[in-house]
Amino acid sequence: MVKKRFDGWFIISIIMLLLFIAVLIYPMFGIIKQAVVMPDGSFSWSQFQKFFGQSFYSKTIVNSFKITFFVTALTLVIGIPFAYFYAFYRLKGAKILFVVSILCCMSAPFLGAYSWVMLLGRAGVITKFFKAAFGIKLPSIYGFGGIALSQTLKFFPLVFIYMNGAFKSIDNTLMEASSNMGCVGVKRLFKIVLNLTMPTILAAALMVFMQAFADFGTPTVLGEGFKTFPVLLYNEYLGENGSDYNFAAALAVIAVIVTAVVFFLQKWATSRFKFSINALHPVEKKPATGFGGFLMHLYCYLLCAVAFLPQIYIIYLSFRKCKGAVFSPGFSLGNYQQAIKKKLWMASKNTVLMGVIALLIIIVIAVILAYLVVRRSSALNHTLDTISMLPYIMPGAVIGIALLIAYGGKPFALTGTAAIMIMSFAIRRMPYTIRSATATLMAIPISIEEAAVSLGASKVKTFIKVTVPMMSNGIISGAILSWVAIVTELSSSVILYSNKTATLTMQAYIYIGRGEYGTAAAFAAILTVITAISLFAYMAISKSEDDIQL
Amino acid sequence: MSNNISIRHAVKKYGENIVIPDLSVEIKEGEFFTLLGPSGCGKTTLLRMIAGFNSIEGGDFYFGDKRINDLDPSKRNIGMVFQNYAIFPHYTVRKNVEFGLKNKKFPKEKIKEQSEKFMKLMQIDQFADRMPERLSGGQQQRVALARALCIEPDVLLMDEPLSNLDAKLRVEMRTVIKNIQHSVNITTVYVTHDQEEAMAVSDRIAVMNQGVIQQIATPKAIYQRPANIFVSTFIGRSNVIEGKLEVRDGTAWVVTKTGYRAPIKGVRPEFMKDMDVTLSIRPEEFLLDRDTTDGIPAIVDDCVFLGLNTHYFVHLASGEEVVIIQESSIDSIIEPGSEIKLTLNTEKLNVFTADGSENILSGVRNDCPTA
Repeated sequence: MVKKRFDGWFIISIIMLLLFIAVLIYPMFGIIKQAVVMPDGSFSWSQFQKFFGQSFYSKTIVNSFKITFFVTALTLVIGIPFAYFYAFYRLKGAKILFVVSILCCMSAPFLGAYSWVMLLGRAGVITKFFKAAFGIKLPSIYGFGGIALSQTLKFFPLVFIYMNGAFKSIDNTLMEASSNMGCVGVKRLFKIVLNLTMPTILAAALMVFMQAFADFGTPTVLGEGFKTFPVLLYNEYLGENGSDYNFAAALAVIAVIVTAVVFFLQKWATSRFKFSINALHPVEKKPATGFGGFLMHLYCYLLCAVAFLPQIYIIYLSFRKCKGAVFSPGFSLGNYQQAIKKKLWMASKNTVLMGVIALLIIIVIAVILAYLVVRRSSALNHTLDTISMLPYIMPGAVIGIALLIAYGGKPFALTGTAAIMIMSFAIRRMPYTIRSATATLMAIPISIEEAAVSLGASKVKTFIKVTVPMMSNGIISGAILSWVAIVTELSSSVILYSNKTATLTMQAYIYIGRGEYGTAAAFAAILTVITAISLFAYMAISKSEDDIQL
Repeated sequence: MSNNISIRHAVKKYGENIVIPDLSVEIKEGEFFTLLGPSGCGKTTLLRMIAGFNSIEGGDFYFGDKRINDLDPSKRNIGMVFQNYAIFPHYTVRKNVEFGLKNKKFPKEKIKEQSEKFMKLMQIDQFADRMPERLSGGQQQRVALARALCIEPDVLLMDEPLSNLDAKLRVEMRTVIKNIQHSVNITTVYVTHDQEEAMAVSDRIAVMNQGVIQQIATPKAIYQRPANIFVSTFIGRSNVIEGKLEVRDGTAWVVTKTGYRAPIKGVRPEFMKDMDVTLSIRPEEFLLDRDTTDGIPAIVDDCVFLGLNTHYFVHLASGEEVVIIQESSIDSIIEPGSEIKLTLNTEKLNVFTADGSENILSGVRNDCPTA
């Protein structure tokens, strides 16, 4: 391309920069300011001293680290074998396994937690069953163990999706060469397969870490005495014991620093495993037969069944008779009638409308940014790219608080509006779509666009008629993740929502909080159906059966 | 609607790095002109400057009388064929071919007629409604050619169009390209690093090295009378050995290090003096002579029988290693280790100045304006 410094794209770069400053840098700056500038205007580190000085507070971050590292490790241990069996063996009903595991990770985390309470809580069905049948008292679902169970089963499919992609990119000749030199079986798995996919393992680990660390819903439902960092952050900002905005801001700053450190550690680790493999001969799946095959099937189906159980159970509960927190025998649609009274239509409309608007914003920004970074490489555009990844390390609660500080007050007064909800959705879920759009565009040779230009198409026409359609696969696969994440978003909306802007996820959360479990189940069931429909729609549109890019 | 292309004092820089210092070339109307050189010599860079995809840091580019330096690539009326074909993957073959016609605002009937004509010409009309992913490499290349030609461009640019094809298809497609270029008679600039391919298709070849054109001439002229040692070794195979030029009684003699002497005709007058020279001798220009007593003594190290010819790897008495090609005959493979005597075909061999920068024989054709 002939580079003219001040063409239309340069102006777009500037607009993007201003936009990012407005919605990311400025709110972040507001948080930092509120953390160190006291209400009386004086500068002070006291909020940070308070946090690190009192173990009641500082313990939460230890807790968060403990649980997050544990969950990350466990998802890898569970998810990698699952992906390995799936990618290297012809499992029966592989497609079912795929769909089920995706559905698992696409639900809102706190719903899974809530369902586990219903199953394994003090009055849970399974708990009662074990007590009645065997006289065994199951360990408590509350605290570390319960959070770990719920989060691991929720996040292991992320590892599976990542690793399946990586395993498919391994060239079969590498496997053959390895066995040719006497390295087969488990030895080959560790020496070749896992080493080759180490960058992806690290990427999956980071993804799980970020999601688990920022997860607000699960520890709220299952934590009880075990308090994690996001829960503390929320309580300090909007808690029942009165809010301390300055302290909450300091917590937000600490949260971002922690995630940033993890982010850069992961980048550093990844840089030590840099190589590219090009699968000209993808690995051919082997039949899974014999006793080994049986064990593989058992493992995969059992895992999916256990992980999927909470969602099935919630749908089941939504049809049960229920009064307040007590489910009674028999079925009815009473929960849905209750839900309709409790603004079901409004919540559905909010969810879909705000979600779609946020998604459109995300797609436009992602396409433009990908183009700027890949085709118009410059210092400015790479800065934009870096800034755009900021939400990745900002836990949802932090984004919520940052937006309230920046735009809640005058002159914007966006508190409680749909606009601020949409803003938080778009900001928070932008990175997925940006990454997949960028990766897709990088894989498209520039000569195709040059061909269009040499055939007389203007730059704008080339962009719209050639570049964007070729990117569409990558955009869609990123957008589906953004979409599902938006629909099930809790940790920032719990800070930003109002009566008028509550989503289905919010409503479910609220009614769990109020102890109206049946109503909550109805909201949750509808939410599950929406995510399922989204996934099936995506799979129908995209040609490949198991290519969800992360 | 063909055009001549003239490039005057073109300069290309990437930052401080000068890729093309000062390049001029005149490409005739309707000519098949090839830029040939090793990778990194600047040939693709130059082509992309003509196409408008690379900026021009200096000099003037003309299509006919029209200066195109600042013309947007989409307005240059160029047909371009890319190394990776650059077929739009989301359009059918027909839509790919029609893409340019629609942009050029051809009337509807004309679009149909023109695209049909060129799809027929390239023998892809039976795939018209297929998606590109279901075509082979050769078929995709035909689509790319049809798409580039049907807009009736002023010039056709091709950037290593055959390098992604297998050897057999490459030979087949170069015939296709040459024939179609002749039938539509369009000025064509073709970039390749494959000298055989260049010889096969081109009217004239410009041999480039490090951003500088070494020689522009017909394939035959370049092969037989290369302008300098770079051209002689890049085009075809040449053995380079040291020697001397001696002039006795108005006759020039080349003398090898082994002391072998042979008279040589056609030395340009300004070089008719005793001097060190570099001899460039093609493998077929060494003659195996069993009867001679003088000749260059040599020992055969290895021989490779390739059917029509047999290649001998030998070292001369001076220690210099050379390759000789002889037509195979029924009985006479010379065993490795044999001592042989070689003479030279002085009519064909080339003599360069000692530094190899200039051919001292007459008959060198070089159309390069700066040469």
